Amino acid sequence: MSFIQQHIELIYIVILSIFLGIEVISRVPAVLHTPLMSGANAIHGVVIIGAIIVMGQAEADNYIALILGFLSVILGTLNVVGGFVVTDRMLEMFKSKK
Amino acid sequence: MSFSVLSIIYLLGSVTFIIGLKMLSHPATARKGNLIAAGGMTLAILGTIFLYEHNGERLHNYGWIFTGLIIGGIIGVLAAKKVKMTAMPEMVSLFNGTGGACAALISAIEFRHLSENVVTTGELLTILLGLMIGAVSFAGSMIAWGKLNGRIKDFAFKGQHIVNQVVLAAMVICAVWLLWSNDGLQVHHHILFYIVLVLALLYGVLFVMPIGGADMPVVISLLNSFTGVAAACGGFLYNNQVMLTGGILVGSAGTILTILMCKAMNRSLKNVLIGSFGGAKAGVAKEQGLYKAISLSDAAVVLAYAQKVMIVPGYGLAVAQAQHACHELEKQLEEKGVSVLYAIHPVAGRMPGHMNVLLAEADVSYDKLLEMEQANAALPTTDVVLVLGANDVVNPAAKNDPDSPIYGMPILEVETAKMVIVNKRSMKPGYAGIENDLFFQPKTSMLFGDAKQVLQQLITEIKQV
Repeated sequence: MSFIQQHIELIYIVILSIFLGIEVISRVPAVLHTPLMSGANAIHGVVIIGAIIVMGQAEADNYIALILGFLSVILGTLNVVGGFVVTDRMLEMFKSKK
Repeated sequence: MSFSVLSIIYLLGSVTFIIGLKMLSHPATARKGNLIAAGGMTLAILGTIFLYEHNGERLHNYGWIFTGLIIGGIIGVLAAKKVKMTAMPEMVSLFNGTGGACAALISAIEFRHLSENVVTTGELLTILLGLMIGAVSFAGSMIAWGKLNGRIKDFAFKGQHIVNQVVLAAMVICAVWLLWSNDGLQVHHHILFYIVLVLALLYGVLFVMPIGGADMPVVISLLNSFTGVAAACGGFLYNNQVMLTGGILVGSAGTILTILMCKAMNRSLKNVLIGSFGGAKAGVAKEQGLYKAISLSDAAVVLAYAQKVMIVPGYGLAVAQAQHACHELEKQLEEKGVSVLYAIHPVAGRMPGHMNVLLAEADVSYDKLLEMEQANAALPTTDVVLVLGANDVVNPAAKNDPDSPIYGMPILEVETAKMVIVNKRSMKPGYAGIENDLFFQPKTSMLFGDAKQVLQQLITEIKQV
């Protein structure tokens, strides 16, 4: 119960975001499904922020936390950078030639 | 002070994600939308590195952070730039897996870290959720990646659904037990935590293993939304709004996208996840009828003297990397005064919309690509339909045969055109593992061979007509 109380704002965000996500996506034409999936894939790379926080708080002598954190930063960056670049490459080709 | 600046940065980041997703939904603005979201992400990352404070303490270990960012960035750019357009689905799956792994790792580190202090049940719950969802997404994505590039074969055993349920139930029970007995973490809690991790990884593998290659895009899309939810768990843990909005947006958008994809194939999500097409294979052993083959030169003449030609590209075209040859053929025919259009089924290629990307890569103009409804309206006035490596999406059984496993799937009604030429490598059935009556109709002629070679030969022949 106290958890809900502490996070009531976040819970509001969650609920509104769910509806927003549905609203935004349901108008997408089928032709854009692949780039969209890829773009959404890049956006959930926002998890990198958690990785940075974990990494940045690890004590200098806690090697396990350092190594795991380092790994998670690399993986998260891969997700973000790779995701956006791949999406851009796909969309670059959608320019209509007239 | 720096806290409020960071809050504004996170707010901006969240808004760019929403705008980005919105703009991605229209071809003309899609690219800009992607760039805007990327810009917001960069801002959020830099803001976190330099402005984040916890109990008045800034982050340290900058060396590690930047080295990680640079290594990940370089590998990410190289992988994304080098990947072939046909290999796009496995690339998306791979990147999705790294996101899931990242979320699971964060949970693992935070668990170790927090276990030194008192942990509230709420914190423990978000950590466990992040761990489970992230790990399932990671393991599942890796299997999906392996399946798409052919390294992992379909694998199913009797009673697998039951085993899957048992593994899932065991994972949930361990997690609940861990939450329940949370009164200062002890050794057995650590053991429980790692058991949950192993079970989650195992479930990810078992969950994707029996699903057929054709359904993989649906699975990737679903795992995509899983990773979104895993990222959102991190948002709860750190009270971080941008992680929360980003994660949940992807979670809900990914779920809707998954449902849209299922609809395009006229199957329910449950059907995709539980019953694979493979099960129907055994029942369908219909005799092959008579089909007629057409020679290259005959096909060239037919195409060159037609007025309207409709090309139906499919998975086979993507595999043969023949999209450039296809565009060549289109140009060659247009020089002869033939109007050429493309009919794109929503699930043509290996992912919804994949075919559009492949053809766009080959410089085919966007307005030549007809969606299924437009194409079906134009087909009755079309002289020749050229089916290139497509099969199930033009199978009339989806309309006529209620016993067929693909019955009800919307298809391109190519049999309404005056003539159909089907290019295939052999008479082997397509993904769904069922015969296609279209090939045995009197209107249809088969043109056997690899799509790329056939197209190149057709181009030379047409030049001579």
